[in-house]
Amino acid sequence: MSANLSAFFYLISGILFILALRGLSSPETSRQGNYFGIAGMVISIIVTFLSVGNFGPGFIYVLIFLILGGSVGAFIAFKIPMTAMPELVAGFHSLVGLAAVFVAISAFLNPEAFSLGFIGNIKLASLIEMSLGAAIGAITFSGSIIAFLKLRGIMSGAPITFKGQHFINLILGLAIIFLIFYLCRSQASNIFWLLVTISFIVGVLLIIPIGGADMPVVISMLNSYSGWAAAGIGFTLENTALIITGALVGSSGAILSYIMCKGMNRSFFNVILGGWGANEQSGSSESKEQKPVKNGNADDAAFLMKNASSVIIVPGYGMAVAQAQHALREMVDALKKNGVKVSYAIHPVAGRMPGHMNVLLAEANVPYDEVFELEEINNDFANCDVAYVIGANDVTNPIAKTDPQSPIYGMPILDVEKSKSVLFVKRSLSPGYAGIDNDLFYRDNTLMLFADAKKMTEEIVKSL
Amino acid sequence: MEIDPFIFRLSIFILSIFIGYYVVWSVTPSLHTPLMSVTNAISSVIIVGAIIAALAETNSNIFETSNIFGFLAIILAAVNIFGGFLVTQRMLQMYKKKKK
Repeated sequence: MSANLSAFFYLISGILFILALRGLSSPETSRQGNYFGIAGMVISIIVTFLSVGNFGPGFIYVLIFLILGGSVGAFIAFKIPMTAMPELVAGFHSLVGLAAVFVAISAFLNPEAFSLGFIGNIKLASLIEMSLGAAIGAITFSGSIIAFLKLRGIMSGAPITFKGQHFINLILGLAIIFLIFYLCRSQASNIFWLLVTISFIVGVLLIIPIGGADMPVVISMLNSYSGWAAAGIGFTLENTALIITGALVGSSGAILSYIMCKGMNRSFFNVILGGWGANEQSGSSESKEQKPVKNGNADDAAFLMKNASSVIIVPGYGMAVAQAQHALREMVDALKKNGVKVSYAIHPVAGRMPGHMNVLLAEANVPYDEVFELEEINNDFANCDVAYVIGANDVTNPIAKTDPQSPIYGMPILDVEKSKSVLFVKRSLSPGYAGIDNDLFYRDNTLMLFADAKKMTEEIVKSL
Repeated sequence: MEIDPFIFRLSIFILSIFIGYYVVWSVTPSLHTPLMSVTNAISSVIIVGAIIAALAETNSNIFETSNIFGFLAIILAAVNIFGGFLVTQRMLQMYKKKKK
């Protein structure tokens, strides 16, 4: 297949990938969009086979490995529970990163195959592109592994900080730039390996200081990195499909990071530098423990909600941990039978990744037109009888509006306090991730339901 | 004077960033998780590079070091392609409208 013809097909693939993302603008068109994406991928792979034109024994091996990897992927995709989506995405990012590193290594070892020059004499531009691709890929890989371990709970979600951390990161970052520069002059392979190794270390150091609840930003950021790594390789291979895809994924991840940061009213650098609330707040919370709270049980909650005319549900990460989405849906069904109007309010950073709550509710068959974003629903709290907060905390804390000293000051919150009464399902009075006490717990119109989110919701269903 | 082909690729890259910017802003927030999984799947088009690397002819030996890295990259990318698209499909199937 001629180079021009295959370039044309790669362009078609790129366009199909754009349409795949475009489809996600509404749930109706999204499924079709996914098919466009699959078509783009199939075209890319077939065109590559035809343009390489090598159907010897190597081709058989390629097919075997393709099917091997594909079946592992398919198996994971069907088996994974929806609550594990964040760590799955983090894990997948790490694979893209590592694949980029491997392709870059291969191109470095055998530049002739990619027509990039010869060993020891690789074209300057190609060398820069492949070392950038390898470095970003390596950072994506090791960073995603750390994110995966934190999300999976294998590693503590608490930020890991040490003295001089930012300084070390800065030195290593400069070292990467210096090594790329030096590599271009010397073409030495040990410099290349050193570059890859340092990039792996940077990835780890970059993610360990970032705490559990900041994971939405981290995942989006790594998403973006995996895109830039792909684009770097795309430039090396002079492949349009890869360049377009890299740019799309890179900007997509960047936008998601921005949306997540805005949802917390924090700057990107503030999140990346990490360690939020870990040290500042730890000592001050003891004095507040004594304030009285109203403690309720499932019957009280059922009674309140049954007699309400409208209820707004505010889910958070606690709902995901307890896998309470199905029980929640049953509760809502029972309420609807009693003529109660129910809707769901989702904070942008609820959960551990962008859109986490929406997927869980969709899994429990909650129709998406009952689920609302913060701006859409926030005015409705004032007219609502009961707010049912299940596993959320910081995103409802009114201190974000009143106390400029608070670390979450200025963060947009759901105006839960405006509703006539608030039900808080929580395991204990402990403060949320930000380490701040929630004033809402002690208000007269708040009823605390101390229990596991799923158990409490099931009990409410029973007494309804 | 001839224009370096690199400039063309750079133009495609920059224009694609703009397309990405506008397309992604129009994605509804409730589909942000499928957005991440589908972007993950499409970025595995890096498999193109992996295939070229794996099939490169080196001294009639198909398992030179550079080929092996290609094969490894194929496995990783294939996990992502199948896993990414299928899990996206599975998620999108769940988004349903209220029954009227």
